[in-house]
Amino acid sequence: MATFTLPKNSTIGAGKTYKAEPGAKNVKAFKIYRFDPDTGENPRYDTFEIDLDKCGPMVLDALIKIKNEVDTTLTFRRSCREGICGSCSMNIDGMNTLACLKPIEDVKKDVRITPLPHMPVVKDLVPDLTHIYAQLRSIEPWLKSDTPPPPDEERRQSKEERAKLDGLWECILCFCCSTACPSYWWNGDRYLGPAVLLQAYRWIADSRDEYTGERLDNLEDPFRLYRCHTIMNCAATCPKGLNPAQAIGKIKQMIVERQG
Amino acid sequence: MSDTPTRIPLQSPLGRVRGLGSAKQGSHHWWIQRVNSVAMVPLMLWFIISVATMGGKEHAEVVAWIGHPLNATLLLLSIGLAFQHAASGMQVVIEDYTRSEMVRMAMILAVKAACALFGVLAAVAVLKIAI
Repeated sequence: MATFTLPKNSTIGAGKTYKAEPGAKNVKAFKIYRFDPDTGENPRYDTFEIDLDKCGPMVLDALIKIKNEVDTTLTFRRSCREGICGSCSMNIDGMNTLACLKPIEDVKKDVRITPLPHMPVVKDLVPDLTHIYAQLRSIEPWLKSDTPPPPDEERRQSKEERAKLDGLWECILCFCCSTACPSYWWNGDRYLGPAVLLQAYRWIADSRDEYTGERLDNLEDPFRLYRCHTIMNCAATCPKGLNPAQAIGKIKQMIVERQG
Repeated sequence: MSDTPTRIPLQSPLGRVRGLGSAKQGSHHWWIQRVNSVAMVPLMLWFIISVATMGGKEHAEVVAWIGHPLNATLLLLSIGLAFQHAASGMQVVIEDYTRSEMVRMAMILAVKAACALFGVLAAVAVLKIAI
């Protein structure tokens, strides 16, 4: 059966509390998932009280402040701090999103932060993305064409053809959507998940690509594609406002189209 | 994700993802499920309204209604579609929530057998009255 409860070694215990400095007026508590594979201990929630008057506005600012000033062992991925690299994706206040785009003031109570759901955890807020990267590699996310490009010129595309890629090219591969998808939780070993299928459709929809048929062949599978039941968590959680479910629907539509 | 591995797998991640390759099917099942659902909308409306309006009628009157060729035909269509719909819906649920290939296959076959059995049983009951 699908696993609905956490295994014993994954249940989360209570951790340490780091009090705010005395005199701090605008205090907010951050409850952060901590896991260290080297100790062999179960994960725990550590509570960090942060003076928001001395902290930037986003959740990532608070994480960086904690790492710099409170506990240097806190581990998380981050890079661009402006929603374009996709590194700081995590679950904040019950919703997968980018820490750099999530304002602290949007969270009314304590800010609870966990890694992306249902992924193996490397340490603290860092999930193991090996499998999902291999899934992305498997759909060959690059232009495949037998016709050589015109000499001294790029491959041409009309404005209408280019417009078909809008809503697809913006994906930054943060995997908030795939890790929010129950179908991906239960069958992620074989189901490709919304992020990878949106990328697959990005190349299927590209007028310059000549391997549309082969791409559809590789997706037509009860598990790779048809585990999507339009639950729509992907579209609800996407920090870039994209709609992977719609892209998946278009793939299904194209596979039916070519049969009739 | 799959169950916690007890040993370190040495197959490359890409090799594991490619696995046995694409089944090159699934679209038919998906499409038929949609067509089936749409076809059931008028049939089920007809069925529910018919049964509701027959409330309080005599046994003989209901048997005569089932025996009418048009009603018998629509009943047979409803039975066929409903059991096919149930079987394909259950198949998706089983595929979603079972992990072992053997259990998965056994459960899908059992559900299909049960749907076939009760579907044919219902159809025979209608035919017995109608013919």
